[in-house]
Amino acid sequence: MSEPARPAVRLRERAVWRTLATVMDPEIPAVSVVDLGIVRHVRAGPDARVHVGITPTYSGCPATEVIVSAIRTALDGAGHGEVVLETVLSPPWSSRWLSAAGRRRLEAFGIAVERVPGLVPRCPRCASRDVERVSEFGSTPCKAHYRCRTCLEPFDTFKCI
Amino acid sequence: MNGACTAAEAHCEYVLRLADTSLVAGQRLAEWLGHGPTLEEDLALANIALDLFGQARLLLTLAGRIEGCARDEDALAFGRDAAEFRNVALAEQPNGDFAQTIVRQVMLDAWQLETYSSLVASADTELAAIAQKAVKECRYHWRYSSGWLVRLGDGTGESHRRASAALQALWRFTDELRVADELDARMAACGIGPEPAVVNARWQERLAGVLEAARLTVPAHQHYPWHGKRGVHTEALTHLLATLQYLPRLYPGVSW
Repeated sequence: MSEPARPAVRLRERAVWRTLATVMDPEIPAVSVVDLGIVRHVRAGPDARVHVGITPTYSGCPATEVIVSAIRTALDGAGHGEVVLETVLSPPWSSRWLSAAGRRRLEAFGIAVERVPGLVPRCPRCASRDVERVSEFGSTPCKAHYRCRTCLEPFDTFKCI
Repeated sequence: MNGACTAAEAHCEYVLRLADTSLVAGQRLAEWLGHGPTLEEDLALANIALDLFGQARLLLTLAGRIEGCARDEDALAFGRDAAEFRNVALAEQPNGDFAQTIVRQVMLDAWQLETYSSLVASADTELAAIAQKAVKECRYHWRYSSGWLVRLGDGTGESHRRASAALQALWRFTDELRVADELDARMAACGIGPEPAVVNARWQERLAGVLEAARLTVPAHQHYPWHGKRGVHTEALTHLLATLQYLPRLYPGVSW
């Protein structure tokens, strides 16, 4: 690619990222696909097409197809030209890729985040650390189920994987 | 598997062993949906089934691509008869009681975990990418099943009796997990598959550890007449496939 073309390419990529930041997860509408770390790359090439790499959180996450179609609709709607969506499997998605803003939004939404395996999460309602795990599995593949012993409320926790 | 088959045929056959084991094991676990002993276990088993279906989809798609006959994941999952399935026969064994399901899962989870741990370095980079993803999920599944096996085996007299009976009933199916055949050896030789002796040793070590913690004894060796990996299955697979394939076979190409 020639040097003078670069700023335009960057601007285009940034515009695509901005659109992607408005696409919310269908099962956890508090966070965007960018917050979740499932958008792996945005590359505007010299061929006028934009390549967007997406990785599934869990192999069997049923939301993956809905997410891909939501991304497609948003990008087409925003007029970014021809967009190629690519599935990226390696490296595998990790909960470490969750953005700091995403983590705060999840907590505000009532979903705790397991930062390190074994370290108990804080209750998203009363911030207590006196919590117990009800099950390692929850309402979606990415969550485990906890209960707070202080405020007695049950809550979902984003699993550390 | 005869030595005369081409490299692509052997490669496809090997990926189908992994794919079908995930698909069939997932279908068995999905049978618990709405029947789990508690809501939490119902959700856990369904979540594990979901991961297994996800792995099966990726692997079947890969197998179809290697085969090169334009069969996609659906054609492979819903269009093949029992004798064309290549899952280990352990995966198709009926759920029985909760103890039997847990014992089956412990054995399968350990096998998948050790197999995928080795496959992350496969010469087939697509298979390696799927393995990287699967190994994280299998680690989680193992934590669940092994935790339950210890609770059942080292629990009440009744739970110990049931776990022990399940272990006795299912042990003969583990031969197939341990004993490598010609195809396994061929895949290892070309760097696609893991070294069978390594997977076997790690599997045995993992099983011995959890059985000891669960106060269960490793059963004596039993004769094993089934070879699910080569398409010789127990009757149980036919019944499972009848449920799994009913709709797409009755209405080919149906969508909604």
